[in-house]
Amino acid sequence: MSAAAPLLLEARNISKRFGGVQALKDVSLTIRTGEIYGLIGPNGAGKTTFFNVLTGLYQRDSGDVLFADQALDLTSPNRVAAAGIARTFQNIRLFGNMTALENVMVGRHVRTRAGVFGAILRTASQRAEEAAIRRRALELLHYVGIAHRAHDLARHLSYGDQRRLEIARALATEPKLLALDEPAAGMNATETAGLRQLIEGLRNDGLTVLLIEHDVKLVMGLCDRIAVLDYGEKIAEDVPAVVQKDPKVIAAYLGGAG
Amino acid sequence: MKRQTLGLAIVALALLALPLVLTQIGTAWVRIANLAILFIFLSLGLNIVVGMAGLLDLGYVAFYAVGAYTWALLASPHFDLHLPFWVILPLGALFACIAGAVLGAPTLRLRGDYLAIVTLGFGEIVRIFMNNLSAPFNITNGPKGITRIDGMRIGDFNFTQTDTLLGIAFTGPAKYYYLLLLLLLGVIVVNLRLQNSRIGRAWVAIREDEIAAKAVGINTRNVKLLAFAMGASFGGIAGGMFAAMQGFVSPESFVLNESIMILAMIVLGGMGNVWGVIAGALLLSFVPEFLRYSVEPLQRAVFGRMLIDPEVLRMLLFGIALVLTMRFRPAGLWPEKRHQREMSQALEGTGA
Repeated sequence: MSAAAPLLLEARNISKRFGGVQALKDVSLTIRTGEIYGLIGPNGAGKTTFFNVLTGLYQRDSGDVLFADQALDLTSPNRVAAAGIARTFQNIRLFGNMTALENVMVGRHVRTRAGVFGAILRTASQRAEEAAIRRRALELLHYVGIAHRAHDLARHLSYGDQRRLEIARALATEPKLLALDEPAAGMNATETAGLRQLIEGLRNDGLTVLLIEHDVKLVMGLCDRIAVLDYGEKIAEDVPAVVQKDPKVIAAYLGGAG
Repeated sequence: MKRQTLGLAIVALALLALPLVLTQIGTAWVRIANLAILFIFLSLGLNIVVGMAGLLDLGYVAFYAVGAYTWALLASPHFDLHLPFWVILPLGALFACIAGAVLGAPTLRLRGDYLAIVTLGFGEIVRIFMNNLSAPFNITNGPKGITRIDGMRIGDFNFTQTDTLLGIAFTGPAKYYYLLLLLLLGVIVVNLRLQNSRIGRAWVAIREDEIAAKAVGINTRNVKLLAFAMGASFGGIAGGMFAAMQGFVSPESFVLNESIMILAMIVLGGMGNVWGVIAGALLLSFVPEFLRYSVEPLQRAVFGRMLIDPEVLRMLLFGIALVLTMRFRPAGLWPEKRHQREMSQALEGTGA
């Protein structure tokens, strides 16, 4: 991505403490529209904490986030989702006893309006909306490549397909930013390659992606820019080639005095 | 499709003819049928809260009580008020709905066992209120209850007396039967339509994984409150009908056992599935009545005297039925489709 692309998200001095542990310390980073932004770091560096703060699951101690030129309301996950940030979870969280299709249809909730009375009376607008929800959900299942499993329960999908379903459900909320928390965790090489294709496709379709990942090869190959966290602090932020050679990053990963 | 329509027509005809047949056996049986419908109605109301949204509510009878007392206070000599049904019934639903929101608001963060305990307490609080609101101002007339409550009356059409139409005598209970059937039809339609709607899916999503539901943008607070309020308003309507039918309400009718009974109907029949819930409610309403009328004569015929009190036997059989259901059909007699699918696929998995 060119450096000229406009900013989509700007996090300023985010801090979060759990008891005696400073999980995040003044983390600031900027994500540009249309890029794949990687967030890496050793175990316990605070990546997932940052994710959870950004998506409203944890309440930050200080700092704020500017998203699409507006202050982002971080007080609850549903507000963040409504503002246009969708996420997946490190340990997949699907609605296990709903079908794949229903899972994605739930994702449409935040962009649709029908209420109880619409549903009870089956008003024309409610039926039209319901049909649109179903259509869009099927499209998204096609997009991530699991349309043939549409009517299977989410819990019966293979691990890789569950990951794809979770992404489809996130896409259903029409995000401007898709935040993926270790999407390749537990995947075999073939599944990882497929996932990589999927994420590249998302970027080519204009979506901005924030990616937490342990698979360094995947991150280096896929991301436009990378930030590195260590002990809750950002120690580097640049294009992969530069980050890879940063002595602080090497020290953080390999240990030693740096 | 045509066969389905025919089947539906037969069921409808049977349901319409039922009170006429039952009247021949005894009016008591029509009353039993009415109570059974009322319990189906209650179970379907609670199904929204427990079956769909997965919020374990052990105090559901409180809303039933609110509806019943609303009718009793506004249509009886107690305050000398005799408001028409089209005022009281919606008002009962509204009060119950408010009570539902009052219960829902502080319990939003609770789940499972904790929610169950708080709702249980709420149910008891409401009953104790009814029991004690007789001094210094006599509002509920305490444990003595409220008597001589007006029956249902639509214009000049009075549900408490017998009318003859086309040479067939329709007793009061028979008329209530048709009214209740109509209301039941309404609650079934509501349940079915909500099941496959935006809100219904949001309820199930919360039941499945509340954090994920929040993360996809569902305002879980509002949606849960909605479930409580919806379920409660059905309880309120059922309560109003109960007061009108019985002509008498007292706190004794709204004990914890009733809440448990309604919950058991849902669990036995199949949580979340409308038809399962109906089956469960029918079973648990009618079997005890059959026992009541058959156990005593049977024992006298076989042993020459009463060995086991029907009431004791009833609880015993009830317990055995629940244990057996949980052991052999944990998702209920007639489970929700997704549970069923789950089971059959699990079986295929072991077979392969």
